Amino acid sequence: MAGYLMRRVLALVPVLCVVAVVTFGLMHMMPGDAAAVMLGPDASEEQVEALRESLGLNEPLIVQFFSWVGSALTGDLGTSFFIGLPVTEVLFAALGPTINLALLAQVLAILIGVPAGILAAKRQGTGADQAVMAGALMGISVPSFLLGLFLMLIFGVWLGWLPVAGYVPPEDGLADALRYLALPAVALGSMQAALIARMTRTAMLDTFSKNYMKTAKAKGVRARVSLYKHALRNAALPIITTIGQTLGTLIAGAAVVETVFNIPGIGQLVVNSVERRDLVVIQGVVLLIAVAYVLINFFVDILYSVLDPRVRFAGGDS
Amino acid sequence: MTHSTTTPHSARPDITVGSLNRIDKTRSRRSKFLRRFAAHKLAFTGGSILVIVTLVAIFGPMLTPSPFDVAGANRLQPPSLEHPFGTDNYGRDVLARVAEGARVSLFVGAFTAVCTAVLGCAVGLYAAYNRVADMILMRISDGLMAFPAILLAIAIMAALGQQTSNVIIALTIVFTPYVARIVRSSALVVREQTFVEALKAQGASRTRIIWINIAPNVVSPLIVQATFVFADSIITEAALSFLGAGVPPPAPSWGNMLLDGKNLIYTAWWMTVFPGVFIMSTILAINLLGDGLRDLLDPTYRSKTSGRKRKARKAARAAARQTAAHQSTASRPTTREGESS
Repeated sequence: MAGYLMRRVLALVPVLCVVAVVTFGLMHMMPGDAAAVMLGPDASEEQVEALRESLGLNEPLIVQFFSWVGSALTGDLGTSFFIGLPVTEVLFAALGPTINLALLAQVLAILIGVPAGILAAKRQGTGADQAVMAGALMGISVPSFLLGLFLMLIFGVWLGWLPVAGYVPPEDGLADALRYLALPAVALGSMQAALIARMTRTAMLDTFSKNYMKTAKAKGVRARVSLYKHALRNAALPIITTIGQTLGTLIAGAAVVETVFNIPGIGQLVVNSVERRDLVVIQGVVLLIAVAYVLINFFVDILYSVLDPRVRFAGGDS
Repeated sequence: MTHSTTTPHSARPDITVGSLNRIDKTRSRRSKFLRRFAAHKLAFTGGSILVIVTLVAIFGPMLTPSPFDVAGANRLQPPSLEHPFGTDNYGRDVLARVAEGARVSLFVGAFTAVCTAVLGCAVGLYAAYNRVADMILMRISDGLMAFPAILLAIAIMAALGQQTSNVIIALTIVFTPYVARIVRSSALVVREQTFVEALKAQGASRTRIIWINIAPNVVSPLIVQATFVFADSIITEAALSFLGAGVPPPAPSWGNMLLDGKNLIYTAWWMTVFPGVFIMSTILAINLLGDGLRDLLDPTYRSKTSGRKRKARKAARAAARQTAAHQSTASRPTTREGESS
């Protein structure tokens, strides 16, 4: 186990290096002088020079890179020129709504996706199977922000059942918070549910053809027991991987859906920063989410190896 | 859609036997592919919808009023005979804008798919062929894939500035690693085959082996993957434009039309519904087409018996002749990974 853990940790290093280089590179991808671009055409020479100085753009590139990585490691992502606050502070203020939304969507997706996938696998080839697969295809084909707009139009504007947009933190009343989060969570969770349903179906069908299922049937285990105890448990690994791997995408998706429903989270922050070309904040968000994504995948891998010891001995070369 | 995968040919085309039947057989093979395509209901449906959307994109703007004509008196008209999709808050015809937006969206999607396919193919092939290149290129793509697609695209757009050409650049950077992965894993299998060894022994250059002998064998998974990139870039472009980081107004794109629609969702549902329906059906069509192409192009997805029969027929044919553009059932890897993006 220790050896496996070691290998996985070492494999993180190059990925994180690339993440750092790309994030750092964003500032230098700007055509022309980054400081001048960020300040716009009306800025005076002195203002541009001051911003260049504060961003460290006058240093050699390599020095800039290492000082940037160094301060990022100590939790300092720079200061937003426009808001006048440290990026870390701005980020964490916006993180709450995004995480609430992503988690709620994930829970919904699991509650819908797994049972739907099991149903489709159990009734393979029947109408139920086809309905689930068609639903999954729709879920994958409708981008979450579009589904969000449609839900908003139907349930918010036409039927008036749920609030059209806005956000109430759970501390101010859970029921209200859920009412406001319901539509965004469904919009965000649908693609996730579709992916989970597809994966569950495939994984379950895989286990159905295994010999232990035949054995279970032969020794008279009840169908329900063999379905959940034998098949689902063995199919759980790929399902868990899918859930873990898509969590990062879900957080990024949450950022988009938030903008639809005016939820003051990471997404709003990014959109506002794009408008202001506030690259320091964008760098911070991108770095935070990419690192979170890498770490989530890392823990999913570890979890995987805890659940299935075979993985450790296979010499995971992925 | 040509079905051009190449048999490893280490020998020269056998002119005497081959040239007699070649043209005839190529044609029949193509029509066979088309027949199978037409018989594949989902792929056919997807293809048809895509053709319709493409026709709207090509001819729509010629038949509708200008998508830029501002008419104050006509603001926010609901759908009518004169304006079937209604008008927006500047009095512009929504149908005209949807058609023009189809041009923008399909152009960005198709251009990105092509760029990604070419770049991803090059990266994947060299990575498969050279260990050092493999290490470097694959670590870089791992790193790039650690960023959620939409977020990286937003960040690149924020850095480069809002322009349609920059959208294509951003999307190409974002999606190339996914294509490179697929090409690499297919090429790794091809590389191990005897004909590559034979070519090396004959002294064929690396460039020749990679581009003339290995590349044609990865075309099928590449086409399938490019189809999914096509769909993904349309979605991502729409999302970018919706967030105000994509195609800049006043040029209509389905994404920025939705943004306008959202701000007027209480008064003008048609501004949201029509571009939305177009995005939805286009993506659905491309996904259906991609799934279908995978079924049709990837031998491991076909039914066992027909595959065996085909192989037997193939073997008989291959013994008789060798041409530059023909079919191979050389064991090609599955492209299930394609679903991941």
